[in-house]
Amino acid sequence: MDTLAEALVNALKLLRDMDPALLETVGLTLQVTGAALVIALIIGIPTGAAIGLSPGVRGAGFLIPLIYTGMGLPPVAVGLFVYLLLSNQGPLGGLDWLFTPTGMVLAQTIIAFPLVVGLTMAAVRGVDAQLPVQLRALGATRRQTALTTLVEARMGVTAAVVAAFGSIISEVGAVMLVGGNIEGRTRVLTTAIVLETRKGNFALALALGLILLALAFVANFAFYRLQVRRGGGS
Amino acid sequence: MRNRLVLLIVVALAAAACRSGSNDPDVLRLATTTSTADSGLLEALLPGFESQYNARVDVIAVGTGQALSLGEAGDADVVLVHARDREDVFVAEGHGTFRSDVMYNDFVLVGPIADPAGVLGMSLAADALNAIAAAEAPFASRGDDSGTHTKELGLWEAAGVVPDPTKIWYQSLGQGMGATLQFANETGSYTLTDRGTFLAQRATLSALDVMVGGTTIDENADPALLNPYGVIPVNPDKGGVNVHLAEQFVDWLTSVDVQRQIGEYGIGTFGQPLFYPDSEPWKNR
Repeated sequence: MDTLAEALVNALKLLRDMDPALLETVGLTLQVTGAALVIALIIGIPTGAAIGLSPGVRGAGFLIPLIYTGMGLPPVAVGLFVYLLLSNQGPLGGLDWLFTPTGMVLAQTIIAFPLVVGLTMAAVRGVDAQLPVQLRALGATRRQTALTTLVEARMGVTAAVVAAFGSIISEVGAVMLVGGNIEGRTRVLTTAIVLETRKGNFALALALGLILLALAFVANFAFYRLQVRRGGGS
Repeated sequence: MRNRLVLLIVVALAAAACRSGSNDPDVLRLATTTSTADSGLLEALLPGFESQYNARVDVIAVGTGQALSLGEAGDADVVLVHARDREDVFVAEGHGTFRSDVMYNDFVLVGPIADPAGVLGMSLAADALNAIAAAEAPFASRGDDSGTHTKELGLWEAAGVVPDPTKIWYQSLGQGMGATLQFANETGSYTLTDRGTFLAQRATLSALDVMVGGTTIDENADPALLNPYGVIPVNPDKGGVNVHLAEQFVDWLTSVDVQRQIGEYGIGTFGQPLFYPDSEPWKNR
């Protein structure tokens, strides 16, 4: 118990005098996770909306279980897959993305994408089934119909954003394998926590864990505000 | 419903408690380095100890830094590590009772076959590191406070170079030996490794070769690359430490019989031993 209390005190001290290496790690974490999230949202929300708005589409019986499976992809398996893809011996070895932040973004996008698609799809399906029909009847284009339905389903869509963000900012398996945990280049908060724990620096590891939690809270707070404001404006 | 749930919890707890009953083997918590575990040595040796003493050994394979801090916290009964200076400090600070020599092997400097820094065949690792720094050739560091990392930092000091992770050529990974070797293989970097792990993984490291240290320990001309392992029972004043079994383990590990097994391990697979026996009883046999 002493270690835990001591670690907490030290963690707070470390947080007080934020050192540059720590800030760099936090910065990279936000960059990688942020980029992966944005890409996953840009392609995931339209995909999810399209699937959600076309019930009974051919192959849905296979496609939807596939998406549900994707929502639980083990990050370390995705990491291994992306590693082999980007390795010198792999098909995309020529890109030289292995052990770079770009490779990490690719891996995290793959993890986040099915979550965004699955939850967006569920949110769109949750909207009154009459709404898209009426919108089309009133002469709305497919795109306008989708947009209005998404706004109506904003609670669920926010949940998709939050779930995807939470799963990738907290994952360690993929970024460790693909990024390589290089100090100053590909070290993010989660891989730093693993490293510091392994070194026996429990206070620093705990401090990093607290920062991760704080980041997640701030981000989720922002998502929530955004959802509420959008709701008020429409 | 609620009562049933309580009953279920009680039964589960009782079942868990039974597992640590008196008829069950004594448990020894061994904190050690990834090299002894990854090489397969412990897996080969420990069943002998477990049957002889009716004990179970829980191996916690981590970097030397964490192994020592596990001992410091009393979360391990005995530590088997390789960072001589830090082991002496560990004993001097009263975290361990005494240190015994167990075995040694050696480190080698490996690097890309193309050898951009031109260090192949140098006899001293420090000279080679100097050349690597001068050429700013990529170097992969364990960066994890392990025994190998400690050795690497000592060699940089001997080379008169202060490695700087903000420089693009010096890559501090914070990962285990296996992952670091794979990284070096992919990126064409030099790295310091224990010979055992390198030999064990050689089949997957087609882009790497030994630069300094030769093909066997006998060819290694740099005494600084020697890698001695020591075993230390954790001080019983930490509380909850199985000191009796820990001391039995030390006696067993340094006994002539087990030392002979250590010296023979790996010959069949790699054509040379991965570790060389070095205990007092072995030297006085």
